[in-house]
Amino acid sequence: MSMTATDTPRRMPARIWLALAIFAAFAALPLFALATGDPFLLLIGTRILAYAIAAMALDLILGYGAMVSFGHAAYLGFGAYAVAILNSYGVTDLVLHILVAAAVSAIFALITGAISLRTRGVYFIMITLAFGQMAYFFFVSLSAYGGDDGTPLQSRSTLFGTDALENDLVMFYVALALLVALFAVATRIVGSRFGRVLIGTRENPVRMEAIGLAPFRYQLTAFVISGCMTSVAGVMLANQAEFVSPSFMNWHRSGELIVMVVLGGVGNLTGAIGGAVVALLLEDWLAVLTQHWKLLFGVFLILMVLYSPHGITGALERLTLRLKRGRK
Amino acid sequence: MTNLFILQLLNGAQLGVLLFLIAAGLTLVFGIMDVINLAHGVLYMIGAYLIATFAALTGSFWAGLLLMLPAALVVGLVIERLVIRPLYARSHLDQVLATFGLVMIVNEGVKILWGVSPLSVPMPEMLNGSIPLIGPLQYPVYRLAIIAAGLAVALGLYVVVNHTRIGMLLRAGATNRDMVSALGVNIQRLFSLVFALGAVLACFAGAIVAPILSVDTGMGESVLILTFVVVVIGGIGSIRGAFLGALLVAIVDTLGKTFGPIVLRFIMEPAAAGQTGRMLAPMLVYILMAVILSLRPQGLFGQKTT
Repeated sequence: MSMTATDTPRRMPARIWLALAIFAAFAALPLFALATGDPFLLLIGTRILAYAIAAMALDLILGYGAMVSFGHAAYLGFGAYAVAILNSYGVTDLVLHILVAAAVSAIFALITGAISLRTRGVYFIMITLAFGQMAYFFFVSLSAYGGDDGTPLQSRSTLFGTDALENDLVMFYVALALLVALFAVATRIVGSRFGRVLIGTRENPVRMEAIGLAPFRYQLTAFVISGCMTSVAGVMLANQAEFVSPSFMNWHRSGELIVMVVLGGVGNLTGAIGGAVVALLLEDWLAVLTQHWKLLFGVFLILMVLYSPHGITGALERLTLRLKRGRK
Repeated sequence: MTNLFILQLLNGAQLGVLLFLIAAGLTLVFGIMDVINLAHGVLYMIGAYLIATFAALTGSFWAGLLLMLPAALVVGLVIERLVIRPLYARSHLDQVLATFGLVMIVNEGVKILWGVSPLSVPMPEMLNGSIPLIGPLQYPVYRLAIIAAGLAVALGLYVVVNHTRIGMLLRAGATNRDMVSALGVNIQRLFSLVFALGAVLACFAGAIVAPILSVDTGMGESVLILTFVVVVIGGIGSIRGAFLGALLVAIVDTLGKTFGPIVLRFIMEPAAAGQTGRMLAPMLVYILMAVILSLRPQGLFGQKTT
């Protein structure tokens, strides 16, 4: 399976500029919230930021490594439950929550990734889906934390010993800072030698082996990194909702993450962030329109796949190409 | 204890034949068309809703079942034409997305058409009641009938796949699609046929299970994932693999839920054993899949890993 959105380092800057523009727009959102007096805007913003982190993390393996993981919602769940479970033991520090979430995710990703990566294509999709469901059912039967119904958080995570995160504005900017920091990390990874090898395994694993590089190790490492990043999104989602339940890791959620990545355009990180923004805004907008918004969203998905396969960044590229031609 | 074991084994067999009916279509669609269809679980749900409607209209389960089959065929052909056919040449990622969209559409559509409250289908009169098995052990006739129907379909599929011309084309298609096409077979018609056959089988499974379940919008979801496990364990494209995989998964799942806590009681205290057993039982199937795949990445009867 080959991905069409190829990416050379020389073309990165345009996408980085686009990402910076998105970040700037986010940074200005609180002003907009102040002007319109809508207190929910910050909460919606935090939710979008968290999903943007998860979608970007998924793009790291889906876009650059051609690994279509259909079980990434599991890592959202690990992040969310790390907050709930540690909180119940009196450990409330955000940094500790993130570290534990990442550690658990790393172990899960290492084991399930090692098994899943023995296979390719359709098998890989179905196996990651099955492992995602396994994690889902584990938390469904975890009756100490509400089982299927989930459990409310007593309080949000604490930030360096203060309860600053209880303030929606602070939480919003913490989420934004995490997104920017992880975007920087992901960009560095993609541009590094490791990233080049990963792209190589996407294009042609056999050739990578022929030049003496074992794809498996690189793919597994990327899979683990992606899982850890996604769990950070889970930590923020739990804090945003102040509630944790297995619905965070339902397979529909994994599907939505893939939708975000493809909607934005695979294999350029920025697209995944934009895709998360557009997908969630579209969901909210359709939900206001009708209670049967999922029907419309499904129709939208099918039409998108059939008529605009390279997502928003692909459409933008075509547009700029046409403009350039028009100028000549 | 032995009675409980036999009872659960029969429950496992009943779940197994249902999973097989769904997995058979899915594995053929994967193997022959190389299309990943997330909407296959939804077809199972449609089958249940169709029979609920037709049985209510005609007042008879059997008439409902008879009307359901051609309706299922039409549903399969329409879905193949509108959504699946444009996806043949696409990447698996596109197929995942489009069929995921289809799942959302059908789930919501069913809610609009039939409402959110679960429907029930009356048990056919002649299969009502229980029969004695061994000693005091009783088992519902209808569940035995499901097992029998599933086994009959499995036998029928075996005959069709291994002893007819169509079956020969199916097997050839699963091994090498391009070659079959190059030999002058209308591969497009074969694809439509395979998809419609899979749809009818899944709808049939949904229909025959409807009298013992409540028919609701979530019923396709849980079954879809289990079916994926079955197909992966059995090997993509292999009906024999789907059959063995389905029975294996269903029996491990059913026995694990009942006997997991009992076995654990030997090594830990009862309360902890119950708790751990309940937590581990739903994961057992996936652990089984992981073990089989680490030994045979292509599944039990799989031909190739790509």
